[in-house]
Amino acid sequence: MTSHTKGSYYLPPPSKWPLVGSAGIFCLLFGLANWLHGNHFGTVLFGIGAMLIIYMIFGWFGTVIRENEAGLLNNEQVEKSYRWGMIWFIFSEVMFFSTFFGTLFYIRVYSVPWLGGEGIGDLTHVLLWPNFVAKWPLLATPNPNEFTAPHSVMNTWGVPALNTLILLTSGVTITIAHWGLLKKKRTQLAIAQLATILLGISFLIMQGVEYGEAYMEKGLRLDAGAYGNTFFMLTGFHGLHVTLGTIMLIVIFGRILKGHFTPAHHFAFEAVAWYWHFVDVVWLFLFIFVYWI
Amino acid sequence: MTPTRVSKHHDDDHDHGAHQEPGFLGFVKRWVFTTNHKDIGTLYLTIAMVNFLLAGAMALLIRSELFLPGHRLIAPDFFNTMTTMHGLIMVFGVVMPVFVGLANWQIPMMLGAPDMALPRLNNWSFWLLPFAFTILLSTFFISGSAPNYGWTFYAPLSTKYGPPSTDFMIFAIHIMGMSSILGSINIIATILNMRAPGMKLMQMPMFVWTWLITAFLLLAIMPVLAGTVTMMLTDRHFGTSFFDAAGGGDPILFQHLFWFFGHPEVYVLILPAFGVISEILPTFSRKKLFGYHFMVYATAAIAFLSYIVWVHHMFTAGVPIQAALIFMYSTMLIAVPTGIKIFNWVATIFKGSITFETPMLFAIAFLFMFTLGGFSGLMLAIVPADYQYQDTYFVVAHFHYVLVPGAIFSAIAAVYYWIPKWTGHMYNETLGKLHFWLSTISLNITFFPMHFLGLAGMPRRIPDYALQFTDFNQIATVGAFIFGFSHLIFLYNIIQTVRGKGKKATKRVWEGAHGFEWTLPSPPPYHSFLTPPVFVEEASSHEAWDVSDHHEK
Repeated sequence: MTSHTKGSYYLPPPSKWPLVGSAGIFCLLFGLANWLHGNHFGTVLFGIGAMLIIYMIFGWFGTVIRENEAGLLNNEQVEKSYRWGMIWFIFSEVMFFSTFFGTLFYIRVYSVPWLGGEGIGDLTHVLLWPNFVAKWPLLATPNPNEFTAPHSVMNTWGVPALNTLILLTSGVTITIAHWGLLKKKRTQLAIAQLATILLGISFLIMQGVEYGEAYMEKGLRLDAGAYGNTFFMLTGFHGLHVTLGTIMLIVIFGRILKGHFTPAHHFAFEAVAWYWHFVDVVWLFLFIFVYWI
Repeated sequence: MTPTRVSKHHDDDHDHGAHQEPGFLGFVKRWVFTTNHKDIGTLYLTIAMVNFLLAGAMALLIRSELFLPGHRLIAPDFFNTMTTMHGLIMVFGVVMPVFVGLANWQIPMMLGAPDMALPRLNNWSFWLLPFAFTILLSTFFISGSAPNYGWTFYAPLSTKYGPPSTDFMIFAIHIMGMSSILGSINIIATILNMRAPGMKLMQMPMFVWTWLITAFLLLAIMPVLAGTVTMMLTDRHFGTSFFDAAGGGDPILFQHLFWFFGHPEVYVLILPAFGVISEILPTFSRKKLFGYHFMVYATAAIAFLSYIVWVHHMFTAGVPIQAALIFMYSTMLIAVPTGIKIFNWVATIFKGSITFETPMLFAIAFLFMFTLGGFSGLMLAIVPADYQYQDTYFVVAHFHYVLVPGAIFSAIAAVYYWIPKWTGHMYNETLGKLHFWLSTISLNITFFPMHFLGLAGMPRRIPDYALQFTDFNQIATVGAFIFGFSHLIFLYNIIQTVRGKGKKATKRVWEGAHGFEWTLPSPPPYHSFLTPPVFVEEASSHEAWDVSDHHEK
């Protein structure tokens, strides 16, 4: 496990980027909180925060890329630190999605049946909402005056199935790109990477179309009771991650065009590929548990 | 065994101190932009100390109000905000940062590494915190009360009925969570990747082991907390009904999610403390740690069990009785690995040649009083008994016994133990002992009567109480003030040591100390080990270290 180093471990000099990032997140969230309470400077602060974060991302990643091109990170042990960092970051993302999947399971397996009078919910049912019938998808909420349920939900074998196909294909194309990189076939690398990006963008467009249909035609909204809550929370955070993943893929594409990455040394490419596969796997679970069964 | 070296070249001339430009701006830039594990460790320890005094002052306000029955000193709502913020700040602003600070200082030195694996990320983990606490404390200035529903912020108190400041607390928690996740990633990468050549996982110091396991706990639970507070936010502002039965959700779901985070979280607070105690007891007993392997396995077992016990916080909330029973048994199971640890600590000091310097005193106090807190935990785990104890002062007594003489005492012990190494000067032993006796006695005066109050039925989180509880409350309040002010001695002692008032510390500092950090000069060079030292294991001993003086110039 322990690696022997040739040359010493790269210790970066003092850096302003973490502070810029912290200040950016502070402005963004403090601004958002004020915005939610109708304080108008909140919007401005939110905008400043977003700009600071973008500035930090450019600056920080730019620094790392420059260090890498200068050969400072070309050290087995340094690279391993980056690998472990990315792996455990993805693990924390998995746990983040688990929260919403756990919520979905709890609502489907416990809270909705209990509200319908099963198990420990018999008294709740009788006393609060005796007319409520437990069903999933939840097309009628316990208190329809407060929360309007959707009249129908998405058709599994339409757009969602197509999106599954798109994401699975993008998983293949990114692997083809990786093979191209390993075998020094730069054209294959660039074309397959571009294909992955285009597939990612088409997924996002389809998802946007689907959201439009959900809101306009089906009454399936974020506030449409437990079904709408879990549907939009899960697909929404997933879509956000696909957006981030696509941006990452585009950055890598730009670096490919600039001639970065060698068969032996291309961790940034791999990290983005891991992230993309993670987003892919989350979608499979989404497809099964949100759209299908 | 003769120590050897992997690399013979000396980079020692790179090993200068911090780059600090002259003037105030230079000082600020050094600390704000630093990527050095020692600087960042110091920053963490400093913010923890500041928050400790702040949240301690809140506790003293609570105790002052409870000195006499009736509403006397502070308004009931303000009392509620005090209990809430005291809890939130002590958990997120004191115990978590203090152990991350210790990890930052110690883990690279204990592993023989030059620094943490990802130094810039390390800086970010820290500098998120002051911003998070700025947002959290800003809630005191927002109209309609600061968070006032207890540190557990149960829905619907925090969703439908929460004050506007709740959103600020939510975002503060998001940022703290980010800080913890990034910090944990860094600690894991450091431990897995930065060990000196030859050091296997099962040869690492116990403090490093406990932090490795803690970091995994944090990685698994902080995202869950982030998701949960996000659902609170959408429930409050975007019309969702995750925690509202009218839309098909369930307020109990909030408790499940919160305690799925919250129970492992209490082990996040105590596992590094176990690590500290496992370092200090062998040093002052001049024996190696008894049952090293079992200590590692027991820590891992505690961490695993901590994921499957969360419902014991919710026995009275309306969970099915089968669930309550399952979680009762899994909870009681934790007593087994914890018992192993206590046994091993006692076996470590058994027949040792013990001396009672301040860190050892605190460690022994930990041993007794943490065990007491563990026993009241067992009582609380029993479902029918918990129906009686739930939401009484018995619970308050229980978790203060595990957190104050547990987590806080071990952090104090760690500071006394390592500060000669960090600063190159010994602390004042007399003042240290005075601090120990004052705080240990007053701690018991404060928290022991709370057991009786709780068993007699005094509810927690209430600013007023029935007359018959007056005596014990007065005793507790007197104890709390002595306890609170005793830490000023500690603060004074630290400041004097940092200013170099004590006598010079040797490299080894303590006669019985073992490990890489004691082979470095006191204070250690800015980058601990630029040339990795060699880990040498003597026959049948995991505790033997390369103690050569090779880092001396």
